[in-house]
Amino acid sequence: MSKKEFIRNFSIIAHIDHGKSTLADRLLELTETVAKRDMQEQLLDNMDLERERGITIKAHAVKLDYKALDGNTYNLNLIDTPGHVDFNYEVSRSLAACEGAVLIVDASQGVEAQTLANTYLALDHDLELVPVINKIDLPAADPERVAKEVEDIIGLDCSEAPKVSAKTGENVEKVLESIVKLVPPPENNDDKPLRALVFDSVYDSYKGVIVYVRVVDGQIKAGDTMRMMATGAEFTVVEVGYMRPTFMEKTDVLSSGEVGYITASIKTVGDARVGDTVTTAENPADTALPGYRKVNPMVFCGVYPADGADYEALREALEKLQLNDAALSFEPETSGALGFGFRCGFLGLLHLEIIQERLEREYNLDLVTTVPSVIYKIHLTNGEMVEIDNPSHYPDPATIDYAEEPTVEAHIYAPPSYVGQIMDLCQDRRGVYIGMTYLDADRVDLHYKLPLNEIIYDFFDALKSRTRGYASFDYELADYQRSSLVKLDVLLNGDTIDALSFIIHSDKAYGRARKIAEKLKDNIPRQMFEIPVQIAVGSKVIARETVKAMRKDVLAKCYGGDITRKKKLLEKQKEGKKRMRQFGTVEVPQEAFMAVLKLDDE
Amino acid sequence: MHIPFCRSKCPYCDFYSVRADESVKTQYVNTLKNRISAEMSTSDCKADTLYIGGGTPSVLGAENLGRIVKSASPFLSKNAEITVECNPFGLSEAFFKTLAFYGVNRISMGLQSANDSERRALGRLSDSETVKKAVKNAQKSGIENISLDVMLGIPRQTEKSLAGTLDFCVSLGISHISAYILKLEEGTVFYNKQNSLSLPDDDAVADLYLQACEALENNGIMQYEISNFAKSGYESRHNLKYWNCEEYLGLGPAAHSFLDGKRFYFERDIAGFLNSAEPIPDGNGGDFTEYAMLRLRLTKGILNSETERRFKHKIPEEMIKKSAVFADNGFMESDETGIRLTRNGFLLSNSILAEIL
Repeated sequence: MSKKEFIRNFSIIAHIDHGKSTLADRLLELTETVAKRDMQEQLLDNMDLERERGITIKAHAVKLDYKALDGNTYNLNLIDTPGHVDFNYEVSRSLAACEGAVLIVDASQGVEAQTLANTYLALDHDLELVPVINKIDLPAADPERVAKEVEDIIGLDCSEAPKVSAKTGENVEKVLESIVKLVPPPENNDDKPLRALVFDSVYDSYKGVIVYVRVVDGQIKAGDTMRMMATGAEFTVVEVGYMRPTFMEKTDVLSSGEVGYITASIKTVGDARVGDTVTTAENPADTALPGYRKVNPMVFCGVYPADGADYEALREALEKLQLNDAALSFEPETSGALGFGFRCGFLGLLHLEIIQERLEREYNLDLVTTVPSVIYKIHLTNGEMVEIDNPSHYPDPATIDYAEEPTVEAHIYAPPSYVGQIMDLCQDRRGVYIGMTYLDADRVDLHYKLPLNEIIYDFFDALKSRTRGYASFDYELADYQRSSLVKLDVLLNGDTIDALSFIIHSDKAYGRARKIAEKLKDNIPRQMFEIPVQIAVGSKVIARETVKAMRKDVLAKCYGGDITRKKKLLEKQKEGKKRMRQFGTVEVPQEAFMAVLKLDDE
Repeated sequence: MHIPFCRSKCPYCDFYSVRADESVKTQYVNTLKNRISAEMSTSDCKADTLYIGGGTPSVLGAENLGRIVKSASPFLSKNAEITVECNPFGLSEAFFKTLAFYGVNRISMGLQSANDSERRALGRLSDSETVKKAVKNAQKSGIENISLDVMLGIPRQTEKSLAGTLDFCVSLGISHISAYILKLEEGTVFYNKQNSLSLPDDDAVADLYLQACEALENNGIMQYEISNFAKSGYESRHNLKYWNCEEYLGLGPAAHSFLDGKRFYFERDIAGFLNSAEPIPDGNGGDFTEYAMLRLRLTKGILNSETERRFKHKIPEEMIKKSAVFADNGFMESDETGIRLTRNGFLLSNSILAEIL
């Protein structure tokens, strides 16, 4: 079968801080894809939030033109990947769009947890790996030792591995040569019916949804009727082209092996979901590309504007975010404590935090979020079944026959030395052991069935800390199982705070209640009167703490006539008050809500 | 007048001060004198207080301080209160006599604590005996109006050590005491190492404060402001101007002024001041909110009578209503004459002000 000889599709994978974004920037510069004046650090991460957190949230792709030493000009497609378990599925789709991956290893740090986890992920997709030793400019750099480490631990030949400094640009051109040499070209399947893998889709207010695809078979051009194989939705293709770092380059046709974009006046990203296969209505493919799964929200929580007047603004912001995020769902709800807001669904806790931060930053909203929940199925004594994702709708226990909660099948990959710790953690989270497979001498796959509500709070963080970051984790929704559940209520100064109620397994109620009471005690600032904090199941209080009355909050000094300074302090104090929610007589800062969400597992 | 010089910087202090040689000091005194004449000669009103603060004014020496007072005296009313802040170390009777000769009639010194290990924690190298000598020398020179600064919430401070400090003041016959609760200001040494300082917690500090208020009042030194105490008739007329929201002119880098309804200040930059920098505008001042914020620092609080005279209206209904809630909790008093904070209210004054203003 013939090949598309001058195309290379690749990702860059690395442990955090090993220089992925910087290397990507240098590659763009070297191929003169970006004029220097347009160069802004970490161009690929163009959301503010990404730059600050140093993580890549959504996948991006760019096409680079590279004139190699053999005299040919190659078309290199760099597909970026997000880096968190909430987005594991997106990562897997991005990798599925490539034939190779550049593996960056820091010349002083060597092989780290995510280096391994990402390597295995890439190998699962049969990618050819191109090892690169980065940061050779650092005083502590020892490229030879690190190259040996990569060979020993990963079993990857590093004799030819470029040793570069993405920061200074030294040897970066060798990375491009290695990509050309090592990453296999894609197959030429132009004469087959169209199959293009959607690895990302982004809403654009002018063009509608921009669908990022890797064409596997066939060709697509403007005027074709495209069909999404999972949903059956059809659209007329308006434009196809390539993604350049700073603009979109229109072209006549995208054909097999190529990476590019399609626009077709699609209204929301929900119509072009990541993982779906694009074919044509005129000459449809028989089977879709493997691996599609509809990503459903699994974690729900209430999102409320701190200022009730911002309700409409919050709705508009959520609508805009949803255009671009098929996994986000929301519907209106009301809370006695928080007023009008929305019940939102997320992929996981990081997704929740990212959406919350984007709402606060990009839309300038002050938010209060409630404890996240999963969807419980409650079977009532009258034979009815209700689905509950909001603890305030939890039925009267007397009317409940039995309850069911969702479970997941989880695979945890880690070096064998951590198996004990991981098993302890899964045990603690009510996990049921299914099996353990040695993938090779350095990696086991621990297979557990776990209740979903045990992993949405802080499971991933707990796993990372117990394995010093060496474990990776993937899960898939499994079935519902009967479970003994109770609803915990939080009372402050005698008033129930509905926004803090949550549903939990009865065995864990006491422990969790104690921790929540302590957390609230520590996170509710002392106020002018004493505040009892009580956690109750029904009318029975199972944990209690007291926030002592504040004694001292005074500006003693006179500041030699600098009255403005006093006024500013007073303004600041008033601002601080605005960030608090008033519950009856008690003011609760948002941090207290967040603290309850993030109970450490001590 | 701000004298921005100190021999060394105290680890808790964020006021503007520098170390300087004699020539800079002389230049500064001259600039200040010129500035006083320039600012005051255009106005026909007289000042009834002069406060030379710092920094450490006493590092200029008695003669220089005298020159400053002398340049200001044409613009001062008769019986003006003239205060100089001093570091007690090595101050002789002659020093105070010179000051008294030029008309200085009030001295303010930093004691902070009579407990020498507490003094060391605050970066004060001299012992409390030094302070005692300085106070006696001032008294001998005929200056009877002496104020000492006492600090509450010093690392490792106890009820017992505070009682010792207060006794020390009382036994010296001090007429005015400023008892400030230590506040950690950003950028100071204390701020940066607060976790290793063994500071008493908020509850303990609140207790120390109440202890100080009581002990002083038992000795006839009555509280008249959140942090200030005086024998009857010895309240600081100068500081009362701030709290009554009255006008004042501040000269020197980092000095603040309030004149003709405008607030302004000089930058924290001595070189700029020596090069006759213009002050920076700092907005309008003197509205009712500001007045209320300042007056509620005083034990007499806000009075309907004075409010009516100054603003042509009584204390707003809304404010009275909110005060009543605090009165129920013992944090305020509210009656037909006006509203005021109690001692426990002073301790929570930031929270209370944020509510009622």
